[in-house]
Parts: sequence; structure tokens; C-alpha cells
Amino acid sequence: MQAARDGADVLTTFEAERPYPLLTLKGEGLACERGGRLVFDGLSFEARSGDILLVTGPNGSGKSTLLRLLAGLLEKSDGQIVLEGSEPESEIADHLLYAGHLDAVKDGLSVAENLAFWGALYGGVASGAASGAALEAALAAFALDHLADLPADVLSAGQKRRLGLARLALIERPIWLLDEPSVSLDAENVGRLARLIEAHSVRGGIVLAATHADLGLGDVRRLDLGALASGAAA
Amino acid sequence: MSAVLTLLRRELKLAARAGGGGGMAVAFFLIAVSIVPLGLGPDLNLLGRIAPGFLWVALLLSALLTLDRLFQADQEDGSLDLLMLAPLSLEVTVFIKALAHWLTTGLPLILAAPFLGLMLNLPENSILPLIIAMLVGSPALSLLGAVGAALTVAIRRGGLLISLLVLPLYVPTLIFGVSAVSNVLISSPGSNGQASLLLLGAVSLVALVVGPLGGAAALRANLR
Repeated sequence: MQAARDGADVLTTFEAERPYPLLTLKGEGLACERGGRLVFDGLSFEARSGDILLVTGPNGSGKSTLLRLLAGLLEKSDGQIVLEGSEPESEIADHLLYAGHLDAVKDGLSVAENLAFWGALYGGVASGAASGAALEAALAAFALDHLADLPADVLSAGQKRRLGLARLALIERPIWLLDEPSVSLDAENVGRLARLIEAHSVRGGIVLAATHADLGLGDVRRLDLGALASGAAA
Repeated sequence: MSAVLTLLRRELKLAARAGGGGGMAVAFFLIAVSIVPLGLGPDLNLLGRIAPGFLWVALLLSALLTLDRLFQADQEDGSLDLLMLAPLSLEVTVFIKALAHWLTTGLPLILAAPFLGLMLNLPENSILPLIIAMLVGSPALSLLGAVGAALTVAIRRGGLLISLLVLPLYVPTLIFGVSAVSNVLISSPGSNGQASLLLLGAVSLVALVVGPLGGAAALRANLR
């Protein structure tokens, strides 16, 4: 456990030296309709490099919908998503990493194989020995290093979640969209997640996290979709 | 390029470990073929005449068996979202998954077909044409099947619906596939096995374009 904590700290200091390019992610008057029901309307926000934005609100207020919309997995019915500061040719999808409420863990593969697959598919991970080290560091970020060779189907729900989140530590993407990342995590691993998010923010990354729980991130900005809905109704 | 190989390797590994892939389809192929003589009786001439047709039908049905999990398994555990957001274009992803399906289902069945042909009294001189015709024609089964699998990805028990959607699309492959082999058997003047083989190849080439494009469009429409 102590070793894992050290591992995360090493990651933190190591990565702070390589900042992400400056980016601003903006939503302007976003609206989304699902099954004929308007989930939200006139939603605007702005997140700059280094920002952590907690998306809060009651069930059904559109937290997951907003994240899937930003990821491009859902079609918006109105408004604009703008990414400023990136190379003009690149798409938003090239800059973000989405962690949904499902963990995308394959039972047929081992813990290390699961993570290595996503790392290789998304790229940005050096090959050979360097990739092995990056993989180990990412596993260590959620204390999964001793489980590396286990088949993923024996993992508990919390361990699967940690394996899903370990992608964040492996794949280099400045914008993180996290949907209920702390579900089924114990207190210690919520702490690891919070440190990872803080380290990402220090590097100049952007984090949008939909959550009900207090992630222990201290004083961060909130985007309250519940207040938006009641404001619109009034 | 490395992302393509990564995805292909993962698909093959999953198919090998999860079972239900190639081995199961070959077993189904074997059983389907071996019950035919039981139903028709031991008339060797009759069996020899229907052998190419029946082997093709059994190939279509075996390929269909494993199609419903092509995208659904990834959709259920959230992998499909991440595959769609990956730097690989969705058309390429669909193509790789269809290729993996062919390598784990189509190819083993083609390798087993000559032995099952012997069980059905398939004449020796038509074994090679059968293998060639199946090699040329069977990729279309996986590629067109991928469109059906993509259309039914969000439906829990979509297996039967896939059959309804996809089997009509398999008809050209079946017709030209059987005639490419039967023409050798009958060798009547005017019949041309080579023309059938060329048309079979044409069907596969069309499927090579339609499969990935249609599959990707269906996945996008389904998730939005």
C-alpha cells in the first residue's frame, strides 16, 4: 500500500514536468433531447486548462447525458461545443478520455492485457520497455500492480472500476470526462482518484466529473444541472 | 497500423478464450452435416448431388450463430463507447471485427468442409472447387453479417432478428457459391464454374465496401 502511494506520488512529480497545451472547453447554450424529453436546455459552461468541474444534480438532471454529449456519443439538439487553443485541424475526440459508468473491462483478458489494449489502441504510449513501465505505473496508481496477471473476471466491482480508471493514468489526453468515477470505490481508492485528478489539473488538464459523492477535491467549481432545470422552469 | 493489429489481436484472443467462437461453430457445422444422411437415408448418389448446396447452407447458418455477439459483447461492458472514441475510424473497427469473425468462424469451417464433404459423398474432383469457392465467398458472410450485428446491437435477444435481416443478403453468395461447385459436378456444356466464381468474388468485394460503411453507420445511429 505504501509502495502504491509512492507510485502515485512519483507519477505526480513526473507528470507535472510535462504540461498539456493550453485548452479551453466551452459549451454554449447546449440542449439535449432524449426520447422526446428535453433533458437540459440553454446549458453553458467554460473549463480552462487546470480546471476541475464537478457536474452535480439530482438523478435524471442530465449529468451523464452532458458527458456523453461532450464526448460525441450523443447528438446535441442545440448549442455549440467549442475547443479553443488546439491545433485547428484536430477534433475534440482526439483530446478527451471518457470513463463512463461501465468499466469496459473484458473478462477474457488479464488485468494487464485489458489496460495494455486500451493504451495501444489510443496511442500516445511509447512502445517497448517504456510502455511496460508506463503500464506498471498506471496499474500502481490504483494499487493494481499485484493483480496484473489475474484474469479480469475474478475482480470485484471496485477492482474493475479501478482498472477502468487506470486508463486515465496510462493514456495521455488533456480532457477527462468522468461519469460517477467513485462508484464502488473504497475510501482509500477515492483518495487515489482525487490525487490523480489533482495531478492532472496541475499538469494543465481539464476534468469534468459527474458525481454525487464528495471526491475530497477541496474547493472546486460546480456545474449544478439541478439548479439550471429549476431556474429554467421558474 | 499498430492500433489495427492491436484490435485484431485482442479480438482473436477474446474469441479463443471466451469459447463460443470457432470451435463451437465447427461443432455445429459437423453436427448439422452429419444429421443429413440420417434424414435422407444412405442414398450415395443423392447425397453427392446435394452435398455442395448443403455444405454452403451449413456454412451460412454456422456463421450466423456467432454474429449476434460481434458488437453486443462490447456494448454491454462499455467497450463499444471507447472503441467509437478511439483514434481508429469506426469503419476500420467494424472491418477488423468482421475480419476477426471470419478468421475465427469462416476459416475453420472452410478447413473442415473437405472432410465433411467426404461424409456426404462429395466427388473428389469438386473438393478443390468447393474450398476455392468458400474462400472467395465466405468473407461476404462476415462483412454483411457485421451490418446486421450493428443494427441489432442494442436489442437484448437480437439473434433471431439478425437472421431475418442478414439471410436474404446471403442469397447471392449462396447461389453463386453452389453453382461454382455444381458446375464441376454436372459439367454440362454451357455451364461455367469460372463465371460463378467471378460473380462470387464480386459479391464479396461489394460486401467489403458495404459491410464496414453500413456497420459503422448503424452503430452511430444506434448509440445516438
